[in-house]
Amino acid sequence: MSVTIYVPRDSSALSVGAEAVAGAIAVEAARRNSDVILVRNGSRGLYWLEPMVEIETAQGRVAYGPVAMKDVASLFDADFLHGGRHVLCIGPTEKIPYLQKQERLTFARVGITDPLSLADYAVHGGWKGLRAALAMDGATAVKQVTDSGLRGRGGAAFPAGIKWKTVLDTSADQKYVVCNADEGDSGTYSDRMIMEGDPYVLIEGMAIAGIAVGATQGYIYVRSEYPHSCQVLAEAIALAKAGGYLGPDVLGSGKAFELEVRKGAGAYICGEETSLLESLEGKRGMVRFKPPLPAIAGLFGKPTVINNVITLASVPTIFANGAAHYRDFGMGRSRGTLPIQLAGNLKYCGLVEKAFGVTLRELLYDYGGGSASGRPLRAVQIGGPLGAYLPEQQFDTPLDYEAFMAIGAMVGHGGIVAFDDTVDMAGMARYAMEFCAIESCGKCTPCRIGSTRGVEVIDHIVSGLEREKNIALLEDLCDTMLNGSLCALGGMTPFPVQSALKYFPNDFRAAPKRKVA
Amino acid sequence: MSEHEQDRNAVISRVLEERKHQPGALLPILHGIQDVLGYIPREAIAQIAQALNLSRAEIHGVVSFYHHFRTSPPGRHTVYLCRAESCQSMGANQLVEHAKAKLGVDFHETTRDGAFTLEPIYCLGNCACSPAMMIDEEVYGRVTPKRFEEVVRTVKEAA
Repeated sequence: MSVTIYVPRDSSALSVGAEAVAGAIAVEAARRNSDVILVRNGSRGLYWLEPMVEIETAQGRVAYGPVAMKDVASLFDADFLHGGRHVLCIGPTEKIPYLQKQERLTFARVGITDPLSLADYAVHGGWKGLRAALAMDGATAVKQVTDSGLRGRGGAAFPAGIKWKTVLDTSADQKYVVCNADEGDSGTYSDRMIMEGDPYVLIEGMAIAGIAVGATQGYIYVRSEYPHSCQVLAEAIALAKAGGYLGPDVLGSGKAFELEVRKGAGAYICGEETSLLESLEGKRGMVRFKPPLPAIAGLFGKPTVINNVITLASVPTIFANGAAHYRDFGMGRSRGTLPIQLAGNLKYCGLVEKAFGVTLRELLYDYGGGSASGRPLRAVQIGGPLGAYLPEQQFDTPLDYEAFMAIGAMVGHGGIVAFDDTVDMAGMARYAMEFCAIESCGKCTPCRIGSTRGVEVIDHIVSGLEREKNIALLEDLCDTMLNGSLCALGGMTPFPVQSALKYFPNDFRAAPKRKVA
Repeated sequence: MSEHEQDRNAVISRVLEERKHQPGALLPILHGIQDVLGYIPREAIAQIAQALNLSRAEIHGVVSFYHHFRTSPPGRHTVYLCRAESCQSMGANQLVEHAKAKLGVDFHETTRDGAFTLEPIYCLGNCACSPAMMIDEEVYGRVTPKRFEEVVRTVKEAA
């Protein structure tokens, strides 16, 4: 009987050698006349174990990792095809504590299924949500989303149901669903994992959105930095279309929904929804004034649902299992689960999907295992380059949109980047300003000019030039950017800067530099 | 017109023909041209402007706005080093210095033998395996200076 072997095709797994491992397994199996089926799955998100190879056994899947090409022969020798013992054996995948403690709704299938297999998707509960949505009228479908409490998983955390309802209630000859897959926040990779590891969940979520609000055309605007995602999505869309899940007659309902992938071109600002729409229209990605909201006048001036990848990928589970099921996870006004991404200087970087309410400390130490370098963790940035830097005394904050807002931070996309005590926080503050200067669309003055001046002022502070005066100037500049910018890029760049200044003031002192122990 | 120019114009015309009718066609057109030629030649701007009924200034404005598009030919391979926070926390700044010294170029420059162009990039979504880089369309994680040299050598020899 043939044995099924899983080797991820996720680009992070590929980045540490998954392709070579898959190749070596195929060669070795052929040499030994072993009857194997090689499935290229998504990543389970246990990145310190990638490339992680799994074997389907009678007792469930058994994991081995991190597997290098040179380990393959010894794995065969150890009879890993039947879950044999080996120094790289992790044991049954489902029993790995990191995974066991998670609450995976959006990521339920990632790493388990073959990302491009329609049959696999269906067997694991796929398309149930879409079928449910097709049986509802638009208002009922939109109400499901409202009742689930789902808020945009991008940055602003705006209730998805309200957005959808606006589009539903606005009459037009054409409406659109746009997926923002251009969120290039450092430390966030859950979008990429979904697109590569379970593309049909995103496709299904978009189809549901289209059916609910009466939009017949969807676009996925993907970062050009994610070439693998673009390729997987294009293949998945073609297969879904051939399978009748997309096209002029979705599942024989008489309702149409077409979907197309569009590639971005390396502009961070295009993760901002109105810039993204400008870019999709073929223009420079410059921010639009709001109102009008995109829900009323969005892509090509038509009503448009624009949500990010995780928001849309969370929709199928809401329709498949009911709004109440989803809403019952979480705390306060933060409902459901959040795919949290641990990154940077941590021992166990990976994806953790949990209901809201988990604390930073649990994430950094229980899941993340503390720093990778073995030194103390000193600062953690959450929510991307525009997120605040938090010191140790804030690590007990629960992950909750409001709790974070209360301490001047944001959950954003759920990306957490950890730094050990060698970090130079003045340098990180300077980088935040520099990044804003590189990525500003240039439309508004506070962002366009403030970011460049911000770099200069920080340089002056660090070099000891009229230090107190320049700190006051920097605070004033941050205040202007915060209150005067047109969008979140200029409006939130002050968060990392102000928090660095507030919690790590000594790093801004002129030489002699803070001593590293 | 040289053979090279003829080929180039044929590519531009073909991409325009294929893509000009889609809504919001400009980015797909620019990608189509750069995917084949490696950059957006000056001559293409006039042709695109005509095909889309836009001014050349508008096309130029779009090309220069996006980091991904370039107006001069790159080296045979483009090395993108991630400079974002997660990679910085795992030593990306030192890696950048090492890469610049090894290749003998600064960002946006091409090595003298034409093999590599070095570009900064801001997040490859490989933050759990920082520091990261991409060469052409292949992503590499946990890149140490030593691994950088090995990968660069392998890529160069494979060409």
